[in-house]
Amino acid sequence: MHEQHHIDDRLWDYIDGTCSEEEKSFVEELIATQQEWREKYHALLDVHQLMQHSIDLDEPSLRFTQNVMEGIARLQIAPAAKSYIDKRVIYGIAAFFFVMLAGFLLYGIGQINWSAGAGATGSLLNKITSPKIDWSLFFNNTYVNIFMMVNVVMGLMLLDMYLTRKKKQSRGKLS
Amino acid sequence: MQTGPNDNSIISRVLQGEQQAYADLVKRYQNFVFSICLRYAPAREDAEEIAQDVFVKAYRSLADFRGDARFSTWLYTIVHTSCLSFLRKKRPDIKSLDDDRVFAAADTLDSGLRANQVEQKSRIAMVNQAIRLLGPDDAKVITLFYKGEQSLEEIGLIMGMEPNTIKVKLHRARQRLREKMEKHFSQEVKDLV
Repeated sequence: MHEQHHIDDRLWDYIDGTCSEEEKSFVEELIATQQEWREKYHALLDVHQLMQHSIDLDEPSLRFTQNVMEGIARLQIAPAAKSYIDKRVIYGIAAFFFVMLAGFLLYGIGQINWSAGAGATGSLLNKITSPKIDWSLFFNNTYVNIFMMVNVVMGLMLLDMYLTRKKKQSRGKLS
Repeated sequence: MQTGPNDNSIISRVLQGEQQAYADLVKRYQNFVFSICLRYAPAREDAEEIAQDVFVKAYRSLADFRGDARFSTWLYTIVHTSCLSFLRKKRPDIKSLDDDRVFAAADTLDSGLRANQVEQKSRIAMVNQAIRLLGPDDAKVITLFYKGEQSLEEIGLIMGMEPNTIKVKLHRARQRLREKMEKHFSQEVKDLV
């Protein structure tokens, strides 16, 4: 049964012209040399030609076009989405989130005590990452912290969407 | 059904304000859209309602048609989503294929068809009746491929599936169609083959 399906699938690919040249030659050879393939091929070809020339379409009522035109008479064509969705706005929002994420990262790094047992390198790093800014003036408010957490989460979602799109594009190129 | 510059020129005219030009597009595709809708909504009134809704939606979104795919492909995508919406709202009485009553009903249909076989000798009637016995997705794939002249990739775009999945669906649909034809029209099939 499985083999039967396999023969059918290969013959349909051949009839539809969706197989490679190599496969096409191989199938032609099988049709020429094997009776089972030949009989199956002619049976499928008959069905294929039958469907090509015999499928009828149903017709709607005579008033159909008129009904549609009456339906659209009061409508306006909506403006194209690209005309009101400005990509620069989207890129701007994305840039905002990236800046926020970078800011959080730097703040986090700045909280680390680099000088603990690291010697000269540690104290140098400490000087670079801990400039003379009193961060507590900016980050001591609970609501500000919650707002920034929300920004981080949204930024991560944006990154996920971007990576998913990239993956789909690369899959599309491969297929 | 050839699309191409003709469809695009009509669309340009409609977008420039010539609303009546849209009637040409409706006339060109109404039979096809209606036929597909009929696969999902057996009642003609429902199918016509869906088909009209499809053309209205297409008109409203015409500015979003970029022209990188064929207009027919874009239109059939709207048909597909509209039919699925209809099925979700309507929730037709779906019977299990294992239900004996379904087989009894099918047998009644079968005997009815055989009784009419003298009148329905033409192969066109046979094929179309066999297609009506298929499930909606099978009938749609076959109609899109053979009558809509859509490629596997285009059908994949319409139905939201990979082309390989469509290829398998098409093969299975043809197999089932062949089985239906052999079961219900065995003598006619023998005459043809």
